[in-house]
Amino acid sequence: MTPPDYEYLRKLLKDHSGLDLSADKQYLIESRLLPLSRKCGVPGIGELVQKMKGGSSSIIAQVVEAMTTNETFFFRDKVPFDHFRDTIMPEMLKARAGRKSIRIWCAAGSTGQEPYSLAMSLKEMGAALAGWRVEIIATDLSTEVLEKSKSGVYSQFEVQRGLPIQLLVKYFKQNGELWQISPELRAMVQHRQLNLLHDFSQLGTFDIIFCRNVLIYFDQDTKISIFGRLAKVMEGDGFLVLGAAETVVGLTDVFKPFPDKRGLYRPSGARAASPQGATSMPKIAAMAGR
Amino acid sequence: MKTCLVVDDSSVVRKIARRILEDMDFQIVEAEDGREALEVCKRAMPEAVLLDWNMPVMDGYEFLGNLRRMPGGDAPKVVFCTTENGMDHISRALHAGANEYIMKPFDKDIVTAKFQEVGLVAFTEQSSV
Repeated sequence: MTPPDYEYLRKLLKDHSGLDLSADKQYLIESRLLPLSRKCGVPGIGELVQKMKGGSSSIIAQVVEAMTTNETFFFRDKVPFDHFRDTIMPEMLKARAGRKSIRIWCAAGSTGQEPYSLAMSLKEMGAALAGWRVEIIATDLSTEVLEKSKSGVYSQFEVQRGLPIQLLVKYFKQNGELWQISPELRAMVQHRQLNLLHDFSQLGTFDIIFCRNVLIYFDQDTKISIFGRLAKVMEGDGFLVLGAAETVVGLTDVFKPFPDKRGLYRPSGARAASPQGATSMPKIAAMAGR
Repeated sequence: MKTCLVVDDSSVVRKIARRILEDMDFQIVEAEDGREALEVCKRAMPEAVLLDWNMPVMDGYEFLGNLRRMPGGDAPKVVFCTTENGMDHISRALHAGANEYIMKPFDKDIVTAKFQEVGLVAFTEQSSV
């Protein structure tokens, strides 16, 4: 890949998806875009870039999708799902005992492993949730991965990473080499196409937001903006779950870390800082956080 | 160091499994069929068993039944690793006391995930990108 092609792709991805690639991510582009160039019938990334420059919006859309789609698996990292079962849900069952309803948003729902892992966790809670209405909204930038998520169909390889065998037996149906999650669990998850860069207030208000392994792609200002907007669509006593490599510390004070639970945050009640104020803040806050 | 008994009639599969499990810091004992595996367990109970289903002399399912009836035989974590990929086989295995189930083909990621699942190795968080 030539440096001008790389720069072109970097800029395009930044503009279209907010994906902020550092200068050394050539391997990532190659691993994601070479299969796509083959699919488009061109020999390499250079030719793919030519097509994009020619204004093919369908190719641009496919490139953005290919670059922003993550590998994911059921109960990824395990710890967030332990938090969900042992900390978040017990608190929510108390706090929402009056209205008996909980809204959960998977802000980077990808191919469905995360929302369905949450759905399975909820089913495993059994009688504790009898009479409750729990909504799971899964959103993603990519319509292709949302389609896969909706279908709930996974390969033998996919169902063997992170998914305990007992849950496979309980909640999936086998169809040759493929496994499909049960209609009951599929019905628990609603799907919407959504770009986190755009306004998402129309989704309503949430009690729990899983926003894992997506913010790492964004630059600092974008992250700050997203945190501010997430806080606005979250109940004051809600929970935010971030990925293992992500934090609010040093970026915003609208969320604060939940004590002793890594990756878990709650709204602080503070209002989102203005972008100017925020850019001067991080250094101090980052040091304070160490 | 924990011991894992690898039971498979294919020496190639045993070799692949050995390499993966040694990387995970297991000491490996091999057996070619269920009967040999039972002999190993009588001498010293391993912490883990990676178990093929179809083997000559004694298959993995029969071995598992015998193992679970032995004194101390409820202790080892047993992970099936077989081409028998049907739901019926998986259910039978779980009913007979298997702790996890790997459908072949398998790789290091799957073995690691399954061994984490049954508590034989610690969970690690994958970083992204």
